[in-house]
Amino acid sequence: MLKWITQTIAVTLLSIRTIPQRFSSSAVSMAGIAGVVIVFIAVLSIGEGFKAAMTDAGSPSRVIVLRAGADSEMSSGIAGPEADLIRQAPGVLLESGRPVASAELFVIIDRNKRSTGTSANVPLRGIEPTALQVRNEVKITEGRMLQFGTNEAIVGRTAVGQFSGMDLNAEIKSGQLTLKVVGIFEDKGSVAESELWADAKLIQNVYRRGNSYQSVLVRLDSPASFDAFKNALTTNPQLNVQVRRETDYYAAQSETMSALIKGIGYTIAFLMGLGAVFGAILTMNTAVSARTREIATLRALGFNTPSVLVSVLGESMALAAIGGLAGGLLGFVAFNGYQTSTMNFQTFSQIAFAFRVTPSLLVQGLTYALVMGFIGGVVPAIRAARLPISSALREL
Amino acid sequence: MKYFYLIWRNLLRRKTRTAFTLLMIFIAFVLYGFLMTVRTAFTGGVEMASAERLIMMHKVSLIQLLPISYEQQIRTTPGVTAATHSTWFGGTYQNLANQFAVMAVDPAPFLGMFPEFRLPAAEKQAWLADRQGAIVGRDIATRYGWKVGDRVPIKGTIWPPKQGDTWFFNVSGIYDGDTGIDKTTFYFRYDFMDENRRFAMGQVGWYTIRIADPNRSAEIGSALDAQFANSSAETKTSPEKAFMQGFANQIGNIGFMMVSIVSVVLVLLLLNVGNQMGQSVRERTSEIGVLKTLGFSNGLVLTLLLTESLLIAVIGGVAGLGLVSLLVQSGGLNNAFLPVFVFGTRDLIVGIALCVGLGLLAGIFPATSAMRLRITDALRRN
Repeated sequence: MLKWITQTIAVTLLSIRTIPQRFSSSAVSMAGIAGVVIVFIAVLSIGEGFKAAMTDAGSPSRVIVLRAGADSEMSSGIAGPEADLIRQAPGVLLESGRPVASAELFVIIDRNKRSTGTSANVPLRGIEPTALQVRNEVKITEGRMLQFGTNEAIVGRTAVGQFSGMDLNAEIKSGQLTLKVVGIFEDKGSVAESELWADAKLIQNVYRRGNSYQSVLVRLDSPASFDAFKNALTTNPQLNVQVRRETDYYAAQSETMSALIKGIGYTIAFLMGLGAVFGAILTMNTAVSARTREIATLRALGFNTPSVLVSVLGESMALAAIGGLAGGLLGFVAFNGYQTSTMNFQTFSQIAFAFRVTPSLLVQGLTYALVMGFIGGVVPAIRAARLPISSALREL
Repeated sequence: MKYFYLIWRNLLRRKTRTAFTLLMIFIAFVLYGFLMTVRTAFTGGVEMASAERLIMMHKVSLIQLLPISYEQQIRTTPGVTAATHSTWFGGTYQNLANQFAVMAVDPAPFLGMFPEFRLPAAEKQAWLADRQGAIVGRDIATRYGWKVGDRVPIKGTIWPPKQGDTWFFNVSGIYDGDTGIDKTTFYFRYDFMDENRRFAMGQVGWYTIRIADPNRSAEIGSALDAQFANSSAETKTSPEKAFMQGFANQIGNIGFMMVSIVSVVLVLLLLNVGNQMGQSVRERTSEIGVLKTLGFSNGLVLTLLLTESLLIAVIGGVAGLGLVSLLVQSGGLNNAFLPVFVFGTRDLIVGIALCVGLGLLAGIFPATSAMRLRITDALRRN
């Protein structure tokens, strides 16, 4: 057994050490696998980034109330008196006797994307003074909070980067609305940072919404009060609303897009992987052909068949591992943190996010590379192990 | 042509190599076709847009509504031959996952504005006669098994009806259209919606305007917007193509992404196929020497080798492109999110050009080195 292992190691090292002699075909095979891993990581990191932006926004102790039947804030509508009833429901956190809840409007405003100069539906949220108490993780990092009762606005960090003319102190004009940016806020890079926030009363006026809102965001006194709060609202005959945890609401919104990106990403990775496997088979076949006499000699000297088999497989997988690592590294350097924005179809508005190359994605890419190396090596390995010694020795 | 047999035998010399090279090229072009199809799916509306149509929306954003009273004013603007309105309804069928576009329109002018939707005359009459009627695209009719005369409940996500939250429609007809036309939309009557909704009566989403002379679209667009300047609902009018392009841009630069991936795939493929051709020519060095001794000219040797590589590339590539065309035509790729899957003729032609280019490029270096080979060196080698 020990002899078998030392033989196998010796032969495998021999084949790996001779790779430089077959440099061009080995390099092509490695490049092929690296290419697959790069594309795999690039496409799927979009999905990961999008999902992260959506799910990082939620807090389990926050609850969003929408009109029953609405599928997003955009299609929802809640009248002013309804919003007051929601604020007074049991389970809402009170700070110095006042409910921590913000009735909000969610509309879009036409701005240009910085990267392309083409128009984009930038989300504009009308908030109440309690908004920052409800979202207690939001920090104003530049400038100051907007003053209610004026046309001041604050804008999310990623929105500043993605859309033009939204910098600090800029004036944003759209129709009869003029907003003045007085602050920039951060919220862990989540979906909220894609938004522009202004006084809800101002938005009601400009967008002719009367005394109505679209959602009420509430902080509960504890995540466990959810059921009590929900029951109180859904059984109240004066209200026609649905109650969702903020985390669930955003997770549901990211579903369509994530599924689409995954579908396209895996299809591309599968097809490219198939091509790379064919390339690997060709490379290993060439390697075996070039070493026919050498392999036959080894076997004539008494090296056992499995060690030859393992050595060819080992070479193929070593090439794949190098290709996979290179691809993963390049993919990480090139794409991790890359800022972009896309349309969130549920709300018909832009969401800005960063590509995210997660460790799990890197592991998946490397595993995929090794699988390609294994499949690519197995057929040539069997061929090498079965070479008839006498005729192989005679071959030129 | 008389050398075809020679080329053919050379391809069959190493069957495994030829087979896997062919497969690799085949896969790469399947991928090319798939990526180009995805690209068109995201930007499909742009190709289908008509130069004679303008879209007028609210200046601030598409979600804001315009008064229906604008329609008469638009129609009487010089240069305009027709105008009609559409309103996004955004409903769901049975559950939230079943989402498709639902729009409220004015039947007769709508069908006149969009002749690309084909509807049998009897079904058109039925729709004009039934206020609760709706016409649905062939693709969603098939997906949900709807037939003419069926009653379909749609939950209004934006527009709840006066009673409850569900609207009921009768399927008056099923519209069809050429490939590339979106056949997944549900159109129902605006008069029925306006009567039964709870708020925003007399408001519509956007206007589609037909003009006589496409060259005057910018001028007519500005004239239209000027009419409504300083009103409570200012407008922004743009050619349909620009509108669709703007919408596609909102999703992101899908085209650039797809083209980048295709480029990576093709460069890798070129490296692989070129390497295989080089290998194959190296193995044959002495044979090429023999051919030259027999009197094959340098040019002929070059042509033979180039044809060989071209042949592999074209067989593999065309097979891949063909498979994608078949798949797309059979509707095997359709899904709810991307309604229109077409493999465009332009993409097909570019694909064929890419195969030919690949074959030539992959073969050119080995073939020129074989051409330059001196007989004495070739025969001595090995």
